[in-house]
Amino acid sequence: MDWLTLGQMLNTTLVFSTALIFAALGGIFSERSGVVNIGLEGLMMFGAFAAAVGGYYAQDAGYETMAPWIGVLCAMAVGVIGALIHAVASITFKADQTISGTVINFLAAGSTLYLVKLLFEGAGETPLIDGFSKYPIPVLSKIPVIGPGLFNNYPTTYLAIILVIVVYFLLFKTPFGLRLRAVGEHPSAADTLGVNVNRMRYVGVMLSGMLAGIGGATITLTTTGTFAHNTISGQGFIAIAAMIFGKWNPLGAFGAAVFFGFSQAIRNYVQLFGWSQSIPQEFIYMIPYVLTIIVLVSAVGRSSAPSALGQPYDPSKR
Amino acid sequence: MSAAPSVVELKQITKRFPGIVANDSISLTLEKGEIHALLGENGAGKSTLMNIVFGLYQPDEGSIEIGGKPVIIDSPNKAIELGIGMVHQHFKLVEPFTVTENIILGTEPKKGLKIDYKSAAEQVRKLSELYGLQVNPQAKIHDISVGMQQRVEIMKTLYRGADILIFDEPTAVLTPQEINELMAIMKRLVAEGKSIILITHKLKEIMSISDRVTIIRRGKVIDTVKTSETNPNELAEKMVGRDVTFKVDKQAPNIGKTVLKLDGVSSKNKEGIPVLNNLSFEVKAGEILGIAGVDGNGQSELIQAITGLRKIDSGSIAIEGKEVANLSPRKISEMNVSHIPEDRHKHGLVLDFTVSENMVLETYYKSPYNRNGFMDSEVIDKHAEELVRAFDVRTPSIHNTARSLSGGNQQKAIIAREIDKEPTLLIAAQPTRGLDVGAIEFVQKQLIAQRDQGKAVLLVSFELDEIMNVSDRIAVIYEGQIVGEVYPKDTNDQELGLMMAGSLKRGGKAGE
Amino acid sequence: MNKLKKIFATDSYIVPLVAIILGFLVGAAVMLIGGYDPIAAYGALFKRVFGSAYDFGEAIREMTPLMLTGLSVAFAFRSGMFNIGADGQVLIGMTAASVIGIKLAGLPTFLLVPLAVIGAGLFGGMWAGIAGYLKAKRGINEVITTIMLNWVALYLANYIVRTFLLIPGQNRSEDIPASMSLTFLNSIFDNARLHWGTVIALAAAVFFYIYLWKTKQGFEMRAVGLNSHAAEYAGMNVRRNVMKSMFIAGVFAGLAGAGEVLGVFHYQSVFAGSPGYGFDGIAVALLGLTHPFGVILAAILYGMLTYGSAGMSFNADVPPELIRIVIGSIIFFIAAQGIVRWVLKPFYFKRKKEKVL
Repeated sequence: MDWLTLGQMLNTTLVFSTALIFAALGGIFSERSGVVNIGLEGLMMFGAFAAAVGGYYAQDAGYETMAPWIGVLCAMAVGVIGALIHAVASITFKADQTISGTVINFLAAGSTLYLVKLLFEGAGETPLIDGFSKYPIPVLSKIPVIGPGLFNNYPTTYLAIILVIVVYFLLFKTPFGLRLRAVGEHPSAADTLGVNVNRMRYVGVMLSGMLAGIGGATITLTTTGTFAHNTISGQGFIAIAAMIFGKWNPLGAFGAAVFFGFSQAIRNYVQLFGWSQSIPQEFIYMIPYVLTIIVLVSAVGRSSAPSALGQPYDPSKR
Repeated sequence: MSAAPSVVELKQITKRFPGIVANDSISLTLEKGEIHALLGENGAGKSTLMNIVFGLYQPDEGSIEIGGKPVIIDSPNKAIELGIGMVHQHFKLVEPFTVTENIILGTEPKKGLKIDYKSAAEQVRKLSELYGLQVNPQAKIHDISVGMQQRVEIMKTLYRGADILIFDEPTAVLTPQEINELMAIMKRLVAEGKSIILITHKLKEIMSISDRVTIIRRGKVIDTVKTSETNPNELAEKMVGRDVTFKVDKQAPNIGKTVLKLDGVSSKNKEGIPVLNNLSFEVKAGEILGIAGVDGNGQSELIQAITGLRKIDSGSIAIEGKEVANLSPRKISEMNVSHIPEDRHKHGLVLDFTVSENMVLETYYKSPYNRNGFMDSEVIDKHAEELVRAFDVRTPSIHNTARSLSGGNQQKAIIAREIDKEPTLLIAAQPTRGLDVGAIEFVQKQLIAQRDQGKAVLLVSFELDEIMNVSDRIAVIYEGQIVGEVYPKDTNDQELGLMMAGSLKRGGKAGE
Repeated sequence: MNKLKKIFATDSYIVPLVAIILGFLVGAAVMLIGGYDPIAAYGALFKRVFGSAYDFGEAIREMTPLMLTGLSVAFAFRSGMFNIGADGQVLIGMTAASVIGIKLAGLPTFLLVPLAVIGAGLFGGMWAGIAGYLKAKRGINEVITTIMLNWVALYLANYIVRTFLLIPGQNRSEDIPASMSLTFLNSIFDNARLHWGTVIALAAAVFFYIYLWKTKQGFEMRAVGLNSHAAEYAGMNVRRNVMKSMFIAGVFAGLAGAGEVLGVFHYQSVFAGSPGYGFDGIAVALLGLTHPFGVILAAILYGMLTYGSAGMSFNADVPPELIRIVIGSIIFFIAAQGIVRWVLKPFYFKRKKEKVL
């Protein structure tokens, strides 16, 4: 393997990581507020679908360059709507959060494909769209290896990395973040200080829908160009693992997402190694999933999870 | 009364919950600079009333006036706006946050988009100085003592400019010394012009600090009296509704051989911090050993170690001469050890099991309940019927879930189950917590009856009165160590308090 | 999760019934928005199921794996675990049955078939046991591990089929000589692919019920599921119970896999993606309120819906995915019971009117 390939591999790693970063950041908002969000997978599906459809119609209407961004906006909106279902069930009606999240996954799988067939005359996937093109950052992208690896990427990837910092700032430096975390750690403490627990949780869950939606959108807009039943296949769950591995911290989740992105990217490059010929392809496909389990075994588990995670807030049980 | 309007006036407050009238037409006034005690048993309606004042509940009838003006308090925010602050019994503190973060939560000072931590910490420091609270603004909550945590709670209200402070059972978790310090703080607060409502069921505190007392029983005001014109006996009678004796009747103990012996027991928690530290004591047949101490000094861990729920790193635990350290809970239970756990909801009962199922929670695998792997529900039900009758557990049927029982009856069910095992060693952790006077008497009598039958009883309690009244001998635990052993007749609250705070040791065995 | 159990333990059958009705209404609304005729669609759905002996038999065939995966999820649930991994357990069960059925084909049928079935159950159980072990010993959330294990199972099953069982040039295994088909019913059900798996599924439900509510081990397992702390205090071995319950849950799912390859297809495909048995199982378990007999009823409903959805798509041109929306909505309403109560109370008469719709 030469330096060129290494640069490409870095690049692919970031491409795969992007969706995971968005979704994991989304998961952090939801879970830091105390709401388990196993529905990230479904929310990504909503986003991927909305981006494909929105992008297609925008492109169709002649907004060539703006089309992918319109797709992203659609994904954000649909992600928020999907998350709202989760929020209503688990916050207002105190449904079990894991089950409510599962419902999101169900509804997403059913409704997106239903709509695809409805909109595109029974087709199994959306029409192919152009999506984003890579945007090399001037000067920086000329650096050998690192340049093509890190600084010649999709705008969504840059956005994801910027967002990591923004979310970190939001969570740990602003009143909003303090309140959100308080609500996830000790809701009744927040309540007695006049912080509206359920409202904060709604915001957390809806932000998670928005970000997971963008995450899903990046997959259709940078990788597949279309939405089909298998466009989102496990990325949402891997994002959850990244969030846990990153200890519900944006920086940690970023690191974990890049790690998982790398394990996906390695699939495409492993055949460049001579020894890989002797390994069946299925075992290479397994890598991200096995790695996730191994990572969870070695991570400290739930010890750093928000204390009130998974518990509906019931003011009468103060 | 002077012409100035009362700081707070509650007029005929009524609050109903399904099946119960928690507050029945309660009226109460708080004057400026006054400490007004609200006395009543668990479940009398004190907390409901104060939650109404703090805006957490809405009254069904009645009205509230603050400084002579009628107000509607529909949220804690509104209460805070009106200058009302509440120091909750169970602290409302976010453990991983700092003192400052806890205090400013909800009303954060800002600099641009960011929280202005610098000026916040400065403000916290100033308040701390003004009221002599000595709180470190940068400390994380889980690193500071319970007494300090309570001060943070007080600061939260002061930071929001509260003039009316409600203290809900503030002394439940404090040592006698910390209680004295709290009293001093409260006096300082009223001297600075604040007014205080003190919710408690402890007569001693009321007598020492309050100006007036309002007694409520079953949701109704029984009386409001000046503290200087009453005495503890009168208050107690009004609170309970009948004559109460403070002393528990018991004979001199008939002490037999050693049943439980701990020698140099040490254990670390997950973080590697020692929670039991070279701890030794013994309990003999026919005596009640009371473990006194402030919550969090290793009591739970001690019981876990004895009952097999926690591994110990060194030392020995022997029951009737047999080493049991690090055996499984099942093995230890089979050596005739009964355990009334501290947290009856979490550890004592499966709340969604029926009463009947809960009665065999530890013995279900034995004959006659278990026949060749199948449960014999007839035998199990018959057994439950007997226990329910013998221990007067009030339940519509043994097939109701444990969840549907009142707290007192849940505790009775646990005690029935544990005593039915005919233990040689009975471990009771906080057996009367949250119970009303009648249930407390019942539980304490059961413990004494067990001891009179020659059982060894280990009683862990944070209530000094209970320790003093029920125990035959007292061991004081501090930071995972027994720092002294005394007989109740040879000691007093002050001495025990000093030992509980770690500032006094009385080495050796009691009486030596 | 305890809270949910409490809700599910109440003897209220009205909530699931209303939830089902609401789910159908949501589906109808979605169809109306999409410009379809819901009455025609639902009509086509039921006509498909009850239209012929063959279709009825095939609907039963459709219900069978749902019963077993539903029981799998429900059983784990009763001891406090959320088994999202029934999918992988089915695949592992399938593969075990295929390997045994093909590689030991020399054995007499009365040995071969039971061996393949038992092998499927055991391997399915062990696969689930991995998640149980990780939960019990390392405290790792079983939701994530079972999901990951689903993917690993998919690729592992494909690897085994591709490497050891493949018909060259095709994407499937050789034919499996071991068969669970109920051939004597062929004439009645017009050669619908009925098999012994249905009988096994019903027996599994009975086993589930007796084991959990009548035996000593079941007593422990329920105690662990409802309050693991109290169970530990009472001297029960929580970890062992967690592993045992995951194992049994996996056995149920593994048996479903055996039924599919030995009773329905008689070969095993190389799967392009998750076959989705386990996710259906979650829906069935929740719909059946995690009670074994409820699960059977739920599987019957769910099986009818999914089997009938093909008819719906054929005759009314409605995409079959609509059924997933209906089912997702039903679970949503069951999980968020408050909504159902809210709907029931003030709009009681209105609901009656809508039912006619």
